[in-house]
Amino acid sequence: MKAPLSWLKEYIDINIDPHALADLLTFAGLEVEAIHYMGMSMPTQNKSHTKITGMEWDPEYIVLAEITKIEAHPNADRLVLAEVFDGQGIHPVITGAPNLLLYKETGTVETPIKIAYAREGATLYDGYSDDHKTTTLSRKTIRGLESYSMICSEKELGISEEHEGIIVFDTNAPKPGTPLVDYIGDAIFDISLTPNMSHNTSILGIAREIGALTNTKLRPPVTDIKIDQSKKSTFEMPSIKIVDPALNSRFTATLIENITVRPSPYWLQLRLKISGMRPINNVVDVTNYVMLEMGQPLHAFDYDVLSERAKNTPAITTRLAKNKEQLTSLDGVERTLNTSTLLVTDNAGPLSIAGIIGGLKSEVTNNTSNVLIEAASWDMINIRKTIVDQQLQTSQAGYRFSRGVSPALALNTNQRASEMLRIMGKGSILHNTKDVYPIKHTTNKINLPIGEINRSLGIQIPTKEAIRILESLEFHVTKEKDSLQITAPDHRLDVGTKETGIADIIEELARIWGFDNIPETQLDDLSPKQHNNINLEKEELLRDLLVTLGLQEIVSYRLSSAKLEQLVCCEDTGPHITLANPITPERSIMRKSLMASTLACASENCRHQQRISIFEIGPVYIPKNTTDNNASSDEALPTEVLRLSIVLYGKNEQLSWINNSDKSMDYFVLKGIVDEILNGIHISDYSIEPDNHPAFQTGATALLLIKEKPIGHFGILNSKSTSKLGLKDHSTLAADFNLSAIIEFMPNRHTIKPVSKFPPVIEDIALIVDENINSNQITSLIAKTGGSILKNTQLFDVFRGEQIGEHKKSLGYRLTYQSDSKTLTDKDAAKLRNKIVKTAKKLYGAQIRDS
Amino acid sequence: MIEKLEKLNSIAISELYKTSDINAINLWHTKHLGKKSHLMAYLRNLGQLPAQDRPKVGKLANEIRYKLENAYDEHKNTLVSQPTTTNKNSIDITLPGRPINRGRLHITNIVLRKIYSIWADMGFQIYKSREIETDELNFELLNIPKHHPARDMWDTFHTNTPGVILRTHTSPGQIHAMRTYCPNPIRVILPGMCFRYEQITARSEIQFNQVEGLAIGTNIRFSDLKGTLSTFAQRIFNKNTKTRFRASHFPFTEPSAEMDVECFLCSGKGCGVCKNTGWLEILGCGMVHPTVLSNGGYDPNKHTGFAFGMGPERIAMLKYGIDDIRYFWGNDLRFLEQF
Repeated sequence: MKAPLSWLKEYIDINIDPHALADLLTFAGLEVEAIHYMGMSMPTQNKSHTKITGMEWDPEYIVLAEITKIEAHPNADRLVLAEVFDGQGIHPVITGAPNLLLYKETGTVETPIKIAYAREGATLYDGYSDDHKTTTLSRKTIRGLESYSMICSEKELGISEEHEGIIVFDTNAPKPGTPLVDYIGDAIFDISLTPNMSHNTSILGIAREIGALTNTKLRPPVTDIKIDQSKKSTFEMPSIKIVDPALNSRFTATLIENITVRPSPYWLQLRLKISGMRPINNVVDVTNYVMLEMGQPLHAFDYDVLSERAKNTPAITTRLAKNKEQLTSLDGVERTLNTSTLLVTDNAGPLSIAGIIGGLKSEVTNNTSNVLIEAASWDMINIRKTIVDQQLQTSQAGYRFSRGVSPALALNTNQRASEMLRIMGKGSILHNTKDVYPIKHTTNKINLPIGEINRSLGIQIPTKEAIRILESLEFHVTKEKDSLQITAPDHRLDVGTKETGIADIIEELARIWGFDNIPETQLDDLSPKQHNNINLEKEELLRDLLVTLGLQEIVSYRLSSAKLEQLVCCEDTGPHITLANPITPERSIMRKSLMASTLACASENCRHQQRISIFEIGPVYIPKNTTDNNASSDEALPTEVLRLSIVLYGKNEQLSWINNSDKSMDYFVLKGIVDEILNGIHISDYSIEPDNHPAFQTGATALLLIKEKPIGHFGILNSKSTSKLGLKDHSTLAADFNLSAIIEFMPNRHTIKPVSKFPPVIEDIALIVDENINSNQITSLIAKTGGSILKNTQLFDVFRGEQIGEHKKSLGYRLTYQSDSKTLTDKDAAKLRNKIVKTAKKLYGAQIRDS
Repeated sequence: MIEKLEKLNSIAISELYKTSDINAINLWHTKHLGKKSHLMAYLRNLGQLPAQDRPKVGKLANEIRYKLENAYDEHKNTLVSQPTTTNKNSIDITLPGRPINRGRLHITNIVLRKIYSIWADMGFQIYKSREIETDELNFELLNIPKHHPARDMWDTFHTNTPGVILRTHTSPGQIHAMRTYCPNPIRVILPGMCFRYEQITARSEIQFNQVEGLAIGTNIRFSDLKGTLSTFAQRIFNKNTKTRFRASHFPFTEPSAEMDVECFLCSGKGCGVCKNTGWLEILGCGMVHPTVLSNGGYDPNKHTGFAFGMGPERIAMLKYGIDDIRYFWGNDLRFLEQF
C-alpha cells in the first residue's frame, strides 16, 4: 500500500528523513519497496533497501502563485495569456490548459486562481514525454509572444500522469511565493505488507508502527459524529437484517441528508491520487479516504434510489446470492453471481457485492442528495473466493476484507467518514448510526511468562521496554510477578491464544526491539544422534563415477509432456500424474521417462556440439494404480523412483590437429561406460542380455539384469524416433536404468583381491565359434574355467573371414595366468589352457585357431 | 615366409625413424604400406599359400601392418609437432593437447554439495522427502489453512487428483522429519526440487531447488538461528561476510526473518548485482511456529526450534554472475561446461 509522509505526520511526529524511516519500517517487517519523492529533497546516495524515484522541486524556482488576469492569446485560439503574480512580480504566462481556456474572455479574475508556478530556469518533467524526461525552462517565443515560465500540470511535477490541465489549488492555499515543496512536497512510501499485517493496511496502522519504532505517541483521528437535534429528518433509518452472522458479523449505517455532491477539494484529491486512487466526487472520495486512513472499507448508497426502490423505508438484508442472480456493478459489468457471493440487498434485489464492489443502480451521482454510508464486517474467506470468482483483484476494499478487517473498526470508521462528509458536503446527520452487531469481536488474552522471551529469542528484553512496545501497539498489559497479562487490541485479528499467542507477542517484541539487538550465539543444545544416509551416499558415488567416465551431468524439468515421452517410446504407456493448471502443454505432466528428458536435452544441444555425452539422475513419478475414487490424497501419491539416464551422440573424439576423423560414437562406447559403472559400484552378479524394446533398434538392444532383476535397457536408439528430435547425423546411444534398484543392489562394502608377487604367464588364444554364440558366453566360460589362477581375460580381437568359414567368428583372448603362491611354469599354463579349450569345445563346439 | 615378413618389418621400422620431414614420411608410407608395397602383396596373395600356412602368415602380416600404421601415426605426429628448423628432440609445446572428454556435475549439484558439506560440519544431516505432496503436508500442517490469505504467497501446481500438489517448498519435509525423529532433537537440512506456478522468465522458474534447515531441541533460540546462519554465510561466501536480519512473515515460523548478506562483489559499496544497496537477499528463516511443532509431535512448551530455507540456484547465480535463472534447466552444454 502507499503511505504519503504528509499523511502519516497527521498522526505521528516524524523527525527522521524518509529513507531512514523506510529502513526502520523494512527491518520491522513492513517492507518499503520504493519511495517516490514528490518535491522533497532526495538522498544523494541510496544505501537503503528501498528503490527511489521522483524529483525535487527547487524552492527558489517552483513556487505557489496566483493568476490575476486571463486574456485570449492574440494569435492562437487554443492558448490564453495569464498574468501570474509569484510574490515577486507579475509574469505573463502562455498556456493551453483546458481548465483555463474557460476564462478566455474573463480579464481580471474575481478570486485569484492559486496555481503552481515554475520560474525561468526551473527543472520539471516534460509534460509531452512518456518517460519522465526532465527539461529546464528557458526563454522562447510562442506564436509571436515571449514565454519564459510555466503554470504546472501534475505530470510536470511528477504528482501523477495528469497533463490535461493545470493544478488549481484550494483558495486557502498559502500566499504567492511560498515554495511549492513546503506546501505539498511529500515522500510516498510503497509498502509491501505480508498477510499477517492486515491490521496495517491503513495510514493509521503504519503510523502506529512508526510510533512503536520511534517511541513517539500516536494521535488517532477523532471519530465523533455530530447529530443535528434541531432539524427533523424526512427519512426513517432503514431496517437491517443479517441472514448469516457468521459471514457478516457487523453492519453499520449512517444517513447523511441534504448534501451537495461535487468534486472534492484539491488537497483531498491529491491525497487520493498519490495513494493510488482516482478521485470521483466528494462522497466516494471521503469513503475511500477514510478507508485508506483507518483500514475499514466503506460504501455509499444513494438513499434516494433506495427509498424509491422500497416505495417506503428501505429494508436492507445481507445474504448469499441465489444461483445465477444478476447485478450490474459500478464498473458497468453485468455479473452473474453464485451461491457463495455475499450481497447487500434491499426489497428490490441486490444492491452491491458485499465488501468488494457497489451496484450501478444505487451509485452516488451528482444528483444524489441523501447518502447512506455503510461500514460492515465480512468473512475474509468468503470475500477471497468472490474476488477470484468475479475477477475483482484490484478492488482496494476487497484487498482489505480478504485479509481480515476487525469488526471493531466498523462503527468508528463509519462515524469518521460520515462526519467528514457532513462537513464537506454541507449536509446534516439527523439519526444515530445504526449498528447491527450479532457476533461481537472478542479480543484474545495471553499470559506471557517473562522467561519465555529469553527462551525464544536468546535475550531478555527489559520488561519495562517490553511493556512500552506492547502498549505502543495498543496491547493492554498488566504486569504480574513473573508474567505479563496481555490483551490484544480490538483492531487485531492475528493474535492467538496460549502458545500461539505467546509466539505472536514475542514476534511483536522482537521486531520492534530490533533483530539487530538480538545477539548471535552458537547452538549449545544437545546434539541429536547422527544417522547414516547410505542411499544418498550411493547416489552421490554414482554421480561421481559417471563424471569420472567423462559424462556431463544435466538436470532437466520434472514437468514434461506425454507427447515427448510417446515420441521416444517411453517404456510404460499407462497414465501420468497430470497437472490441473499447466503453464504450457510442454510441461503438463510429471515425467515417467527420464530418458525422454535427457534426449530432449541432447536434441537441443546437437546443433552446436560435436560430441554430447550426458547423464541425469532424477526421479520419475509413477501413479498408483488406484481405481478407488475415495482413496485419500495420501494413498493417491505417486511412487517417486530414482532413475539414471545416459545419452551419447556425436563424434567419438573432438576435432583436433591429432584427430580429424568423423567417426561417431558407437554402441561400444556406451557399453564401456556401462561395464565401468558396474565395475565401479562392485556389482558382479549381473548379466547383459539381448532384448527388444520399441525405443531401441532391433538387434542393438541390451537389457541389464542385476541378480536376475531387470534394471533397464541400453543400446542404439531407434532412428525413427531420434530423427524426430533432430538427432540425425549419428546413432543415438542411450541407457535408462532404475537407479533406486541399482542402489538397493550396491554392496555396502567389497573386498579386494591381493596383488600377486609372482610373475605372470601371458599368452594369446583364439577360439572359433558359431556366430550365434555371444562373446560373453565364451568370456565367462574362460574366466570360470581358469579359476583363481587366471587373473585377467582380455578379448582383444573379433575376426570374421573366409579363412575360418561362414557363420563363424574368431575370438582372440589375452590370458594372464598368475599364482598367488608360486611362480607358474609354461607347463602349468598349458595345462590350464588345454582345460579351457576342451571345455569350450565341449560346451560351444569351439575350435582353437592357429594352434 | 615368416622370416621374410619379420625382416620386412624391421627394415620398415628402421627406415621410418630415419625420415625427418613430412615428404619423406609420406614416401615411406607409400613404399611400405601403399597398395604396391611388399607387405600388401603378401596379404593379397595369401590364397596362393598352402592352406596350413595361411592363418599364421595372414595373422603375422596383419599384425605387422597394424604395428607399422601405428608407428607411422606416432612418428608423423612427432614430426608435425616439431618445428622444422630446430633440433629433432624439440616439439611445439604450445600445440593443444589431445582433447579429453571431461565430465562435470551440474552447477546446481556443485552448489548443493558445498551447502551440504557446510551444514554437515555443523551437525545438520540430509533428510529427503517426496516432491509430489498432499495439500495437508504442504500447507495445512504448516499452519497455512485452506483459503487463508497466506496461501497467496505460493502459486501452486495442482494435479488432477484433488489434494495432491507439487510441493511449493521443501517445508513439508519439516513435518516428515519431525514425525520421524520425535521426541528426539533434530538437526537436518531438507534439500530438493520445488515447484511454483509461474511464468518462466529470467528471474522466475517453475521448478527450483530449496535447502531447508530444521533444528529442534529444548534450548534453541533466535540468537542461535542468527549465529548459525551467519556462520553459514561466512563459509559459503567469505569469512568477512556480514549479515543482517529483517523481520518478515512465514506462517510456519514466528518470529520470522529474511537474512541479507553484505554484497560480496562490492563489499557493501553498492553495485549492479546488489542494486546499489550493498546487500543481497539470501534466505528466509524463523523460530518454528508452535502449531507446526505440535503438528510434528513436539510440545511447544518444552521444545523450540528454528527453520530456514535458501535457494541454491540463487546462491549459484550470485557466486558465478549468472543473470538468467533459465540457464539451470535449459542445460545448454556451453553453459554447463563453464563449471
